[in-house]
Order: sequence, then structure tokens, then C-alpha cells
Amino acid sequence: MDVQPSGTPVEFPIERGKIAEFARAIESPESVYFDREAARAAGFENVPAPPTYAMVSAFFSGPGSRPRIDIDMRYALHAEQEFEYFAPVVAGDTLTGRTRLAGQHEKQGRRGGTMKFFVLETEYTNQRGEKVLAVRQTLLQTAGTVKE
Amino acid sequence: MTTKSARTFAVGDVLTGRPVEKVTRTQIVRYAGASGDFTPLHHDEPYTVALGNPAVFAMGMMTAGFLSRALDEWFGPGNLVRFKIRFLNRVWPDDSLRFTGTVRERDEAAGTVTVDLQVLNQKDEAVIGGEAVARV
Repeated sequence: MDVQPSGTPVEFPIERGKIAEFARAIESPESVYFDREAARAAGFENVPAPPTYAMVSAFFSGPGSRPRIDIDMRYALHAEQEFEYFAPVVAGDTLTGRTRLAGQHEKQGRRGGTMKFFVLETEYTNQRGEKVLAVRQTLLQTAGTVKE
Repeated sequence: MTTKSARTFAVGDVLTGRPVEKVTRTQIVRYAGASGDFTPLHHDEPYTVALGNPAVFAMGMMTAGFLSRALDEWFGPGNLVRFKIRFLNRVWPDDSLRFTGTVRERDEAAGTVTVDLQVLNQKDEAVIGGEAVARV
């Protein structure tokens, strides 16, 4: 299997408009995601990123940002996702994300075939070098299309 | 310091979040645009049907995003320490979703609570299970 242990570091600018777009997509009623004054009144320096906002980085970063894994995306499922929050992330920050393959294993599927699991871990630091966020994602490749 | 919830959280308390009455393809496409997740399984119906699926289905992270809205409602934005989810069943257009959290433990020294999370569909199937740790 051709596995790179780490992707290349990715710059992830935290933008106020993108935060508002994301917050609208999850239909959040929280004014802190839309209004800088509301964010400041709630104790943030600027509009904060919603809890799952880092997913944006995963999809907008270019090739090479993730380690190459041997997975067929047609049959890939997202099995688990974990976020650890160390410090606030707010609009105006520039994060750097580094993704590595933290683990992989295979399991026999209940309906035959082999299921492959991959754990990708991304650590984000901000422009001051502070570790702000860790994200762990477990992807699963099923033996074929999942039947409901 | 961010604003904390005025609620009290006792072990065993069950918290509920604002439900999603009916998942729409529009919600899925809006989340695709906002997150950048253009995996065709989630928006290209002929593609996903050709692979044997009955329809497009929601990204797990869209449902997790709706669940995070409940966390914000309970704890106030900015108070999460950890948020972990397992995707158990897929979410389809027209599904309705309910969000619950059960307070499992309080850590008085750390000033945190741990909550077991569940997202249920209209058939009472768990589509997401998980846990969150939040400052209270």
C-alpha cells in the first residue's frame, strides 16, 4: 500500500463571511457567528468559528494536504469524527493544519469482504504558534455499496 | 472568557436541541457549498443511484453541524472542550432529526460536564452517537 505518513502543511485563513455562510448552512441562530459586536459582547475577539468549521479546511485545501491513502471514495463512509478544542479560533486568525495518517486497520465485514479503516489526524496552530484544535477523522471503505 | 450557559447540569439530565423537521436536498446542497464537500454521493442523484443507493444522502458532518447547534444552545458558543461523533446510519431527504444529550458526569474541579449525544431519525434509529465535554 502506498501510504505517505503526512500531508504538506496547509494554511487555513479564518474568514468572517465564510463563517457566516457555514453557520447559515447549519441554520445556527447564534448571533456570534454573524455579528462582530455580538461576538465581542460574548467574550470573543472576533466572530468565532463554529464547532465543526474546520471541515471547511479539509475540502478547500489542495492536493497533497492529506497523506495519500488507498481508499476508493465511491465506497468510502465517514465512520467517526472528533474535535479537541484548545483555544478560540476567530475571524482574522490564520491557522496552519498538518494532517497525518494516525492509524489504519482492516476488519472482516459482516456481509463478507474486507472493510478498511483509516484515521487521519490534523493539528491546527494559529498565527502565534498556539495549538488551537485537533481533528481526528475515521474513514471506512466498505466492501461494496452499503445496503440499507 | 466566553459567556457560559445559565443552566445547571446535573448527572442524568436530558437536554434536547431544536429538531430538523424535514431534511431537504436544498439543505444538503447548501452544506456542500459552505463546507466544500462536493462528494457526488451527496448531490448527484443519477451518480449515487447508479452505485445502488436509493437517493442522495446527507454528509455526516451536516448532521453533526446540526448537532453542534444543540451544543451551542446548551453550553453557549466557545465552551466546548471535546466533541466526538460516530456515524451510525445515513440521513436521507425527508428524514426528521431529533437531538438529545444526557449528562453523564460532572467534573467540579475542571468545571466541565460530559454529555452523551444522540441524533435520532423519525424511525427512532440512531444516526449519530457521540459525546461532548463542555465548560459550564
